[in-house]
Amino acid sequence: MSLPLVVLLPFLGAIAAPLFAQGGRTAIAIASSVPALIALAALFPHWSVLSAGGTVLESYEWLPALGLSFSFRLDGLALLFALLILVIGLLVILYAHYYLEAKENVAKFYALLLCFKGSMLGIVLSGNLLLMLIFWELTSLTSFLLISFWTHKQDARRGARLALTVTGGGGLALLAGILLIGNIVGSFELEDVLAAGDQIKAHALYPVALTLVLLGAFTKSAQFPFHFWLPHAMQAPTPVSAYLHSATMVKAGIFLMARLYPALAGTEQWFYMVSFTGLVTLLFGAYVAMFKHDLKGLLAYSTVSHLGLITLLLGMGTQLATVAAVFHVINHAIFKASLFMAAGIIEHETGTRDMRRINGLWRYMPHTATLAMVAAASMGGVPLLNGFLSKEMFFAESLQLNLPGLWSWVPPIVATLAGIFAIAYSARFIHDVFFNGKPVDLPIFPPHEPPRYMKIPVEILVFACIMVGIFPTFSVGPLLYSAASATLGFDAPDYQLAVIHGLNLPLLMSFLALFGGLLMYSQRQRFFDFHARFPEIDEKAVFETVISKFVNLAHRFTKQVENGSLQRYAMLLVLSVIAVVVLPIADNGFHIGENGLSTIDWPTAIAAGVLMISALATVLWHRERFYALVLLSVVGLIVSLAFARFSAPDLAMTQLSVEVVTIVLLMLALYYMPSWTPVESSKAQRIRDALIALAAGTGMTLITLAMLTQPFSSISEFFLENSKSGGGGTNVVNVILVDFRGFDTLGEITVLAIAALGIYSMLKNTALTPPPGDGLGHAWTRDHYPLMLRQIARPMLPLALMVSAYIFLRGHNLPGGGFIAGLITSVALILQYIASGMIWTQERIPFRYHNIIGLGLLFATITGTGSLAFGYPFLTSTFGYITWPVVGKFEVASAMVFDLGVYLAVIGATLLALVSIGRLSPHSAIKSNQESV
Amino acid sequence: MELLFALVIGTLTASGIYLLLRARTFPVIMGLTLLSYGVNLFLFATGRLATGQQPVIGTAATYADPLPQALVLTAIVIGFAMTAFLVVLSLRSLADNQDDHVNGEGREMSASSKQEREVASK
Repeated sequence: MSLPLVVLLPFLGAIAAPLFAQGGRTAIAIASSVPALIALAALFPHWSVLSAGGTVLESYEWLPALGLSFSFRLDGLALLFALLILVIGLLVILYAHYYLEAKENVAKFYALLLCFKGSMLGIVLSGNLLLMLIFWELTSLTSFLLISFWTHKQDARRGARLALTVTGGGGLALLAGILLIGNIVGSFELEDVLAAGDQIKAHALYPVALTLVLLGAFTKSAQFPFHFWLPHAMQAPTPVSAYLHSATMVKAGIFLMARLYPALAGTEQWFYMVSFTGLVTLLFGAYVAMFKHDLKGLLAYSTVSHLGLITLLLGMGTQLATVAAVFHVINHAIFKASLFMAAGIIEHETGTRDMRRINGLWRYMPHTATLAMVAAASMGGVPLLNGFLSKEMFFAESLQLNLPGLWSWVPPIVATLAGIFAIAYSARFIHDVFFNGKPVDLPIFPPHEPPRYMKIPVEILVFACIMVGIFPTFSVGPLLYSAASATLGFDAPDYQLAVIHGLNLPLLMSFLALFGGLLMYSQRQRFFDFHARFPEIDEKAVFETVISKFVNLAHRFTKQVENGSLQRYAMLLVLSVIAVVVLPIADNGFHIGENGLSTIDWPTAIAAGVLMISALATVLWHRERFYALVLLSVVGLIVSLAFARFSAPDLAMTQLSVEVVTIVLLMLALYYMPSWTPVESSKAQRIRDALIALAAGTGMTLITLAMLTQPFSSISEFFLENSKSGGGGTNVVNVILVDFRGFDTLGEITVLAIAALGIYSMLKNTALTPPPGDGLGHAWTRDHYPLMLRQIARPMLPLALMVSAYIFLRGHNLPGGGFIAGLITSVALILQYIASGMIWTQERIPFRYHNIIGLGLLFATITGTGSLAFGYPFLTSTFGYITWPVVGKFEVASAMVFDLGVYLAVIGATLLALVSIGRLSPHSAIKSNQESV
Repeated sequence: MELLFALVIGTLTASGIYLLLRARTFPVIMGLTLLSYGVNLFLFATGRLATGQQPVIGTAATYADPLPQALVLTAIVIGFAMTAFLVVLSLRSLADNQDDHVNGEGREMSASSKQEREVASK
C-alpha cells in the first residue's frame, strides 16, 4: 500500500491543510509538510530492494477492459525524482511561508501546491502509461492554477493560459502516442512496454508514436520551439517558479524521455529528433538568458537552456551520456531551486526584479549574496560545484559522437559556446546584482537581509551544491547509479565521479568556457547593442492574437451558419431530409412492391378528396388565420375518420378528442395574435418554398406507396397471443400501452407533465394584451359568456364525466382507456371554462392541476414499483376477477391503476396548459353574467 | 387504396412543409399540425391498411397490427403536448418582442443584441 499512499497523501493533505487555516499560517505550513514527511518515511524501506537493482510493483485493478490499472512502480529513476519532488517541495513550503504576505490566501496556495506535488509523484510512480497520462494532465491543470495564483494580474492569467495551452496540447499528442504504443505492445503496463523495446522500434508506426510522445515531452520541458510558455510562467509567485522550474513541472518531460528510454531510444530517429532539439534549445536559451534584465527572466531562459542540455544528453544515446543526463537532472534541480529562491528574496527585499536597478546588494545583504553567488557559479559550471561535474561529463560525451566528417565538430563547439554563454549570464547574475555600483531607484530602500528562516532552504540547497561538487560519490553516487541503471534498463557502465579527471580536452573546454564567458560579460554592452537591433517578440501577445483570430473565425463561421433565422434553419432541415431520401433512391431506383393495390370504395375516396382539398385550402387561405384554422380542423376530423376506417378505433377516439383540444388551444392563441398574416416573402421565395414542399410531398407519397405494397411481417403476433392470457385484456392496443410497453407510457406521460409545467412557468409572469377587435374592425362581443352555451354546457358535464368513466373502465377490453377518457374529461371541463368563465369554474374546481399531474405520475409509478415489492420486475402487472352486485363479474388488473395514473396526468396536463393561456387575458377576471345579475 | 392513402400523406406533408417555411408563428404551428397528421398516418400505415380487423381479441377473424396503433396513440398525445408548448412559446415571443415573426427580435438581429453577444463572448 506504500506506493499509492505516497501519491495519495498530498491530495489528502490538500483537503486537510485548509482546515488548519484557523490555526494561522504556521499551522497550515506544518500541516502541508506532513504528507511529504510521511511519504519520505514510506519510501525509505524500499531502498534496499532498489539498491540491489530491483523494482517495487504494486497494482490494483481499475478498468481492465481499457488496460487501465492503478499500477505503481518504483525503481531508481522514480525514486530519484520522487526524492527531488518531496525534498524540494518541503523546502518550498518553508520558503513560501515567509514569501507570501499575510493578506494572501495561504490555504489555497498550499492546497494547490500539494495537489501539484501529488500529480508529479503520480507521474513518476505510475506503473501504467494511461495512469501516468492522467497525472500528466493533472500537473498541467494544477500548474495552471499555481501560475495564475495572483488572479488579479492580467499577465499571470495570460501566462497561465499560455502554459496550459502548450502543455495541454502536448498532452493530447502524448495521449495519441501512448495509445499507439499500447496498441503495438498490447498492454499499457510499464513493465510490458519497457520489455518490448525491440518490438516497438521494429513496428511500422514507431516513427509516429515516437514523434507524438516527444511532442508531449518537448512541450512540457519547454524545448525549442515550444519553450516560450516557460518565461511567461514567471508571473507565478516565486516559490511556485522555484518548484515548477527546478525539480518538477519542466522535468516531467525529461522524466518521460528517461522513463521510455529503453522502449524508444537507440534509433536514428530518436538520435536526430532528440539531440537536435536539445542542441538548439541549449544554445538558444543560453544566448537569450544573457539579455534578460528581469532576474527571473534570466533564470527562466537559463532553465530552458539546461533542459536542452539534458535533452541533448538523452538524445546522444551513449550510456555515459545517459548517466550524465540523470546527474544533471539532480544538479540543475538543486542549484536552480536555490537561485529562484534567492531571486525571490531579492525581489522581496527590493521590490523589483529589474537588474538595471538592482546593483551593489553585497553591502546590504552579504549572507544572501554569498548563497546566491555559489549557486550561480554552480549554474555556470565552475569547478568544485555540482554543476561543473555534469557539465564536464557533457563536454566529454560531446567529443564521443560518431558523426560523419566535419559534423563531429559541431557538438563540442556548440557545447563550448553554450558554456561561454552560461558563464556570461551567471557572471551577470553575480556581478550585476551584488556589485556594479549602487542600487538605482529601488522601491524598497535600503534592502536588508530577509527573515532568518527564509534563508534556510537556500542554505540547505547551496550546501548540497558544494557537497555534490566536492564529494560526488559519497553524496549522490548510489542514487545516481541506481537511477541511471533504471533509465538504461540494465546496469550502468563503470564511470568515475571525480572532481578532476586530470588535464584533458573536456577540462580545456571548461576553462575555455570560463574565460570566454568572463570576456563576453566584460564586453556585454556590445552584445546588448547588437541584440537590441532585433525586435523583441512578446510570445504572449502573439499567442493572444492567434487565439483571438481563431475566436473571430469561429464567430464569423457561426454567424454564417447560425444567423438567427428560424425560416432558414427550417428550410435547411427540410432540404437535408430530402437529400437523405433522394440519395439512396438515386442509387437503387424506385420500386413498387409486389403486393399490388387494393380497390377503392367511394366513401373513402370522397373523404380523402375532402381531406386533401381542405389541407390545400388551409395553405391557400393561411393568411386568414381563423378560416385556415377551421379548414385545419376539417383535416383533423377526417384523419380520425381514417383511423376508424382502417381498423383503429382507439386511434380514432384519441385523434377526435385531441383534435377538439388542439383547436380550442389554437383558438385561444389566436385571440392574442394578429388575425391576419401579412405578405412578407417575395414571389420567388414563395415559389422556392412551394417547390421544396412539393418535393417533400412527392417523396412521402412515393415512400408510402413503396412501403404499403411491400409484404411484411410484424412482431405483433406476440402481443395478440399474450394480450388476454398475459395482460388480462382483449383490447391489444390498450394492453400494449399499459402493460407490455408500460414503461414507454410512463415516460410519455412524464413528457406530457413536463410540457404542461413548462407552459405554466413560461406564462407565469407574462402579460399579453389581446387586440381590441378581431382585426376586421369588429369589436369583441360584450356578452362574454353566451347564455345558450352556458345552459347547454352545465348539464353536459355529468354526462361527459359518466362517458369518460365508462370509456376508462372498458378500455382494457374494448376501445378506450386512460388517454381517451382523460381527454374526454378535459374537453368537458374546458367547455365549462368557455361557457362560464375562469372564475366561475375555478371556484367550483377546488384543486390545482399541478397536483393532478403529480397524482397521476405517482399512481403510475407506484403501480410500477409495487411489482418490485412482490419480486417481479418494474411494472409487471397482475389481474383477477371479482363479482360485483348488479354489474356482475368484473376484471380488476393492476394495469388499471396505472391507466388511472395516465388518466389523471392527461387531465392535469391538458387543463394546466389551456388554463395558463386563458388566464393571460384580462377578460378572464370578468365574472360570468349570471353571477353579476 | 394504397395510392390514395399515399397521396393523402403526400398532400399533408407538402401543405405542412409549405406552412412550416412561413415567417409568422401561427402558420408555422398550423404547418406542424398538418405535418404531424401526415407523419401519424404514415406511422400507422406501417401496419398496413386493414378493413374491419380491429385488434380487439374476439371481434374479428384476423387482426390489424396493434403495435403501430399503440405507438401512434402516444404520438398523437405527445404531439398535442408539443403543439401546446410551441403555441405558448410563440405567445411568449409575441409578448416579449411585440411581434410574431419566427426570427424574433424584429426579423434581423438588432445592433444592440449583436453587441451584447460580442461582449458575452469576450
